[in-house]
Amino acid sequence: MTAARRSRLTGAGLLLALIGWTLLPFASLFTAALHKSGTYPSGLDWPANPQWGNFVDAFNVANMGTIFKSSVLIVLGAVPITVVIATMAGFALGALRVSGGRFIFLLFLLGLTLPFEGIIVPLYYEILHMGFLDTRWAIILPLIGLFMPFGVFWMRAHFVNMPNELTEAARIDGANTWQLFWGVHVPLARPAVVSLAILTTVWTWNQFLLAIVLVNNPLERTMAGALGAFQGDYGTNIPLLSAGALLILAPMIIIYFVFQRQFISALLQGSLKG
Amino acid sequence: MTDATVTSGRDDRAAGRASASRVLRRGARDARLRGWLFLVPALAAYGLFVLWPLVTSFRYSLFKWDGVAPAQWVGLANYKTVFSNPVLLSVLGHAFQLMIYFSAIPVILGLIVASVMRRVVGGRIGAVARTVLFLPQVVPLVAAGIAWSWVLSTNGAVNQVLSAVGLGSVTRAWLGDFGTALPAVGVIGVWVLLGFCTVLLLVGMSKIDPALYEASQLDGAGAIREFFSITLPSVRQEIGVCVTVTVIAALSAFDIVYISTSGGPGDATMVPGLEIYQLAFYNREVGLASALAVVLMVLVLVCVLPIQWFVNRGNAS
Repeated sequence: MTAARRSRLTGAGLLLALIGWTLLPFASLFTAALHKSGTYPSGLDWPANPQWGNFVDAFNVANMGTIFKSSVLIVLGAVPITVVIATMAGFALGALRVSGGRFIFLLFLLGLTLPFEGIIVPLYYEILHMGFLDTRWAIILPLIGLFMPFGVFWMRAHFVNMPNELTEAARIDGANTWQLFWGVHVPLARPAVVSLAILTTVWTWNQFLLAIVLVNNPLERTMAGALGAFQGDYGTNIPLLSAGALLILAPMIIIYFVFQRQFISALLQGSLKG
Repeated sequence: MTDATVTSGRDDRAAGRASASRVLRRGARDARLRGWLFLVPALAAYGLFVLWPLVTSFRYSLFKWDGVAPAQWVGLANYKTVFSNPVLLSVLGHAFQLMIYFSAIPVILGLIVASVMRRVVGGRIGAVARTVLFLPQVVPLVAAGIAWSWVLSTNGAVNQVLSAVGLGSVTRAWLGDFGTALPAVGVIGVWVLLGFCTVLLLVGMSKIDPALYEASQLDGAGAIREFFSITLPSVRQEIGVCVTVTVIAALSAFDIVYISTSGGPGDATMVPGLEIYQLAFYNREVGLASALAVVLMVLVLVCVLPIQWFVNRGNAS
């Protein structure tokens, strides 16, 4: 066996080990979910009598249909607005280069590393005074604000790399700024916009802190927030909890596998630029 | 005649240029004013739900307030408590300890794994690996927390494997034991971030010119030498990104800890994010919670800015 061949095998072995390690918790959840509800399964044991009905039970007791609808509503509220206003701001800073834009850009950058816990306390009282507490708006509105640093940063990075001749040519054809934005720049920004939409959808879907602080009723939360409440209620019933956790994971994982190329490139670029 | 046509043609063109530049100037002026209108919605959302709470956080931190009764001005007393109360100090200490698991291990292990895997990433196995390794980035951390609580529990997979290889004596409830709870939370962090770092570093390594490796092999450099003199300097930027992302994740850990241990046993795994939450919403110490929040935000900046500076300095030179 040559040295090159041996190093290839080591690499492949390492890769398989890493894949196994990544899948371990999912496999463990899956085998636990198939045990009889209320029993104490052990590790990765495959049950003698798989209880597929646990998934149906978990779906019913957790009101999975309602939670799913609630999450979709929150995504539909937060993501389109985030993408539109971040694109507009990125256009103003990257293509139009408005006066004072540098300062505004730095102001947005300031929020890029902000942990949500840093402002959750005043956010609670602000949302309380606005009268949005315990509604989906309590998650949607703050999320739009919290997505702005990344969203603006991301879209500006796209517009700044667009050739200035594009803008000049449209101007000579008599386009005003609004037409320049919608007619010329937005169609060309499609890939950046799609990536931003994917990333903000994932972040909204998985948002936990805002959900547990600002919305008391699990049925009006995101999937992640509702899962927290489900754990509180069924924490000792391992098979049912595992089945519920898998059901809550399922939609995001399915979407991820369908759009994996877009997801991975968005996540990679998103972190590289951020 | 011909002469005149040429001249007038030139004039036309000159006039066209003049009017074009007039159009462009007007367009630019228009843009400078109307451009601000494009910024307004984003600034409004950001100002209302980030900047204003940020300022308010600081304001709250100077008061003693239970959230209901009138607040009482206490100056910097809350900050003094954050830096002198042994529990709060240990909470900050835990955040730094978590950096070992959230940052150091994923980045170092990711570098090793990626440089070994570099040769096999092509083809199907590489594509499958990428998809699987990125999975933890997509699933909610809450679900990861539930899954790992189960894997690390008394009857969980970890203890099962340990018993099977004859290490039954070390099995325990990893998240419930004072000695192992924080490292066990750290292991969950490794799971979340290792795949991300590995793939990011792999992408960086795939951009390195293969000629560099061939040249170093001709010079008789070994794998270790190659790693330190070629691979490591070439992925400097990617390392910077990994460290930045993982340090922020360590300092602001919340979801995983909330689900897997709720800060326990005792305060063994209490982290700043969870402490802020409990102080403000359970202990009604809004001022103290806000002071801790301000300290946390400053801490993140103090840790992240030098990394950014270090990475960018490398690019400029």
